[in-house]
Amino acid sequence: MKPNDVILHSVTKAAVVIILTFSIYLFFGGHHNPGGGFIGGLSTASGLVLLYLAFDIETVRTNIPIDFKKVAGFGVLLAIMTGFGSIFFDVPFLSQTFGHFDLPIFGETELATAVLFDVGVALAVIGTAITIILSISEDG
Amino acid sequence: MSENIYSEIIVAIFLLIGTIFSFLSAIGLIRLPDVYTRAHAVSKSASLGVLCTLFGAFLFFLIADGYFSIRLILGIFFVFLTSPVVAHLLNRAAYRSNVELAKESVQDDLKEFLGGNEK
Repeated sequence: MKPNDVILHSVTKAAVVIILTFSIYLFFGGHHNPGGGFIGGLSTASGLVLLYLAFDIETVRTNIPIDFKKVAGFGVLLAIMTGFGSIFFDVPFLSQTFGHFDLPIFGETELATAVLFDVGVALAVIGTAITIILSISEDG
Repeated sequence: MSENIYSEIIVAIFLLIGTIFSFLSAIGLIRLPDVYTRAHAVSKSASLGVLCTLFGAFLFFLIADGYFSIRLILGIFFVFLTSPVVAHLLNRAAYRSNVELAKESVQDDLKEFLGGNEK
């Protein structure tokens, strides 16, 4: 008899939204508050792992068709590229800058190039964590 | 300070209620006989204790600093949403792996649905 997982499925659908929203909040709050790329990536990965736990791996894989090994590689590549980008402006490797811009919705916003490096860190953490968990959970 | 004395008393009452409920759930975890009654004690009163403590902290930062912490509201909602489901899944996993009920229990309604094909 197949077990009836309707309570777990319904609560997972609501909880994953909260977890992913909170991880995005942690990621963008990392410049002035506790948070940042590592913990934002880890909480995103934990939300995805909750999806993998509640539904089976094949269902999530058809709905989120992402190869997480490529995500990890792309994150490391992005972090290195932001480091090399500073060379074109004749400053040392991994230098960073920031500026204030007037965006349409957000008003005056401080944009820093460290966010791009943080995106790389977050993608590397998400890809590594999901790859580890998926590869130890599969048979063979 | 003196105009906030009543609000600080309210915060202190919330924190005290939360602590007392967490302590009572720990006592229930020790004293109750089987896994189902222990989950009954822990899931309800510990989550109520956590909710009261978080709400006390939320009120304290709202009154003392004027800071509306949306993270504490989200934490209250998240604990309120997930804690009963955790207890439900734990109880169900225990029943499906044939954990015995306490000797005092008189009725097992799930046995005719689940008892036959699991053994």
